[in-house]
Amino acid sequence: MKKSIKAPRETSFVIFCRRFKKEKAAVACLIIIVLMALACYLAPLIAPYAYDEINSKALHQLPSWQHIFGTDDMGRDIFSRILYGGRYSLAIGVLATGLGVLVGAIFGAIAGFFGGKVDMIIMRIFDVFQALPSILLSILISSVLGAGFTNMIIALSVGSMVGYARLLRASILSVRKIDYVEAATAIGCSSARIIVRHVIPNAMTPMIVQATMGVAQQILGAATLAYIGLGIPAPSPEWGAMLSAAKDYIRTYPHMLVFPGVMIAITVLCFNMIGDGVRDALDPKLKD
Amino acid sequence: MEQNMEKKFLEIKDLRVEYTSEGKIIHAVNGVSLKLEKGHSLGLVGETGAGKTTIAKSIMRILNPVASHVRGGEIYLNGVDVLKVPEAEMRQIRSKVVAMIFQDPMTALNPVRTVGDQIAEVIKIHNNVSVAKSWTMAEDMLERVGILRERASEYPHQFSGGMKQRVVIAIALACNPELLLADEPTTALDVTIQAQVLEMINQLKVEFNSSLLLITHDLGIVAETCDEVAVIYAGKIVENGPIESVFNRPSHPYTVGLFGALPRLDEEVDRLSPIAGMPPDPTNLPEGCSFHPRCPRATEQCRQKDPQMREIDAGHFCACHNV
Repeated sequence: MKKSIKAPRETSFVIFCRRFKKEKAAVACLIIIVLMALACYLAPLIAPYAYDEINSKALHQLPSWQHIFGTDDMGRDIFSRILYGGRYSLAIGVLATGLGVLVGAIFGAIAGFFGGKVDMIIMRIFDVFQALPSILLSILISSVLGAGFTNMIIALSVGSMVGYARLLRASILSVRKIDYVEAATAIGCSSARIIVRHVIPNAMTPMIVQATMGVAQQILGAATLAYIGLGIPAPSPEWGAMLSAAKDYIRTYPHMLVFPGVMIAITVLCFNMIGDGVRDALDPKLKD
Repeated sequence: MEQNMEKKFLEIKDLRVEYTSEGKIIHAVNGVSLKLEKGHSLGLVGETGAGKTTIAKSIMRILNPVASHVRGGEIYLNGVDVLKVPEAEMRQIRSKVVAMIFQDPMTALNPVRTVGDQIAEVIKIHNNVSVAKSWTMAEDMLERVGILRERASEYPHQFSGGMKQRVVIAIALACNPELLLADEPTTALDVTIQAQVLEMINQLKVEFNSSLLLITHDLGIVAETCDEVAVIYAGKIVENGPIESVFNRPSHPYTVGLFGALPRLDEEVDRLSPIAGMPPDPTNLPEGCSFHPRCPRATEQCRQKDPQMREIDAGHFCACHNV
């Protein structure tokens, strides 16, 4: 078998993309998410009605050609509200999870890698955070910072950060005992380089999987904050908030609940599948 | 002292290392002194747990900072005490001056990065070269250890054990170190591969003009590879000297015991004679000579007084009261 002379070395990102492309389900989900995000971004062009347009003559209508997803208790078009609401919900889900993972990973990696006193101090502080239910913590922080999009993202990510930190720390504790970490020290790597290039890539799988599920948690968490007036202010739609508003009508007008619910479910499912695909693409043992 | 350092390339003086584990203190290395000249190779022989690896890790200064403590001693490398230099400077010394081949190639390579990437990394850290250049140099290194350069973009799990050990050796030699620490480089490999890897280490050692500290529990490997040998027992050197002298005239009862436990082709023996007893508990070492509970020649003096190294032949030292 002849081996052709290889083209110049591919960057690891190119390799990652090539392998991710083979994960059919993940690619399909990525496309769905992108389409959804695009539709939400272009909501002003696509939406047939304004999200806050009240029509008292068409309350609680079932799906029809005028209102393809029906209308809610104030006669607002649910399809339009879902499009506008997706702008907030997708952004909240992704940004709050991303921020939580980032901050959690930094502290978790430092605690797990250095161990000893550093670990002790970071984890005891996180214990205090964890003593409160994460949603209470988010409520506390958002009531201190005030309502608003950015503050809500900060509040939600603080609530989830501790979980990610613990998860990464736990897997780093097992990875850092393996010889290649010692070998990396022995070739003169600095601690930062060892953490970023040798330890985290081998320890991040559980965290990635957890993060993909975390997206849904954050969308629902945003709804909770909205419920007590700390989320996105009222007329602006947001999937979680739509869901909690619709629950009073679950027996009489279930369509009000079904559509935002289905959107959240699709988002969650897609992020989960993407997470799986990313994990598989990052694991060289599953190559080809 | 200056003159002394000029002569000796590596000099360990009275090194003491302890581990703490669950409140107990483990005396791993108890006053080891060693010397190694440039271009020479020294075999460090001893049982599992005798402190061999700890000595190597002390030289690299990669002991676990939480569990282990260097209680005393000096390690001079080119006249620099590596136990005292700042960490940033130590990072420059690692790989450039002293590099280590790890025992188990299965775990010494990072599974999520290509082997070429891992060799290129050490080159990039220690030489001011471009990424493309470091990659080419990494491929050259692979070729020198007998692996096709095309395989640089493969991952460790795509290599066999022996091949992985070659990669580990390529990483160790990538920056042309003056001293190579080989920590049981063949223990995890099967016998035929052992021979190949040893031969390669020998050959590259000559090619790169490196000194070698070979850690092993296999006297046969020492005989093939080294100029000098040091026998370590319970964290102390008990016998040390040129290879011919120690092999022809093993003097310490422990060394004698080690040779007795080897199968020989030229003698008709029904049973090998193992050394009686077990290595001592490192948390509770015996008084006097650590070997006395197992020693057939132990006397009252051995139970009370720790023997010092004495020269019994040219360059051949032994720590025993009865020699």
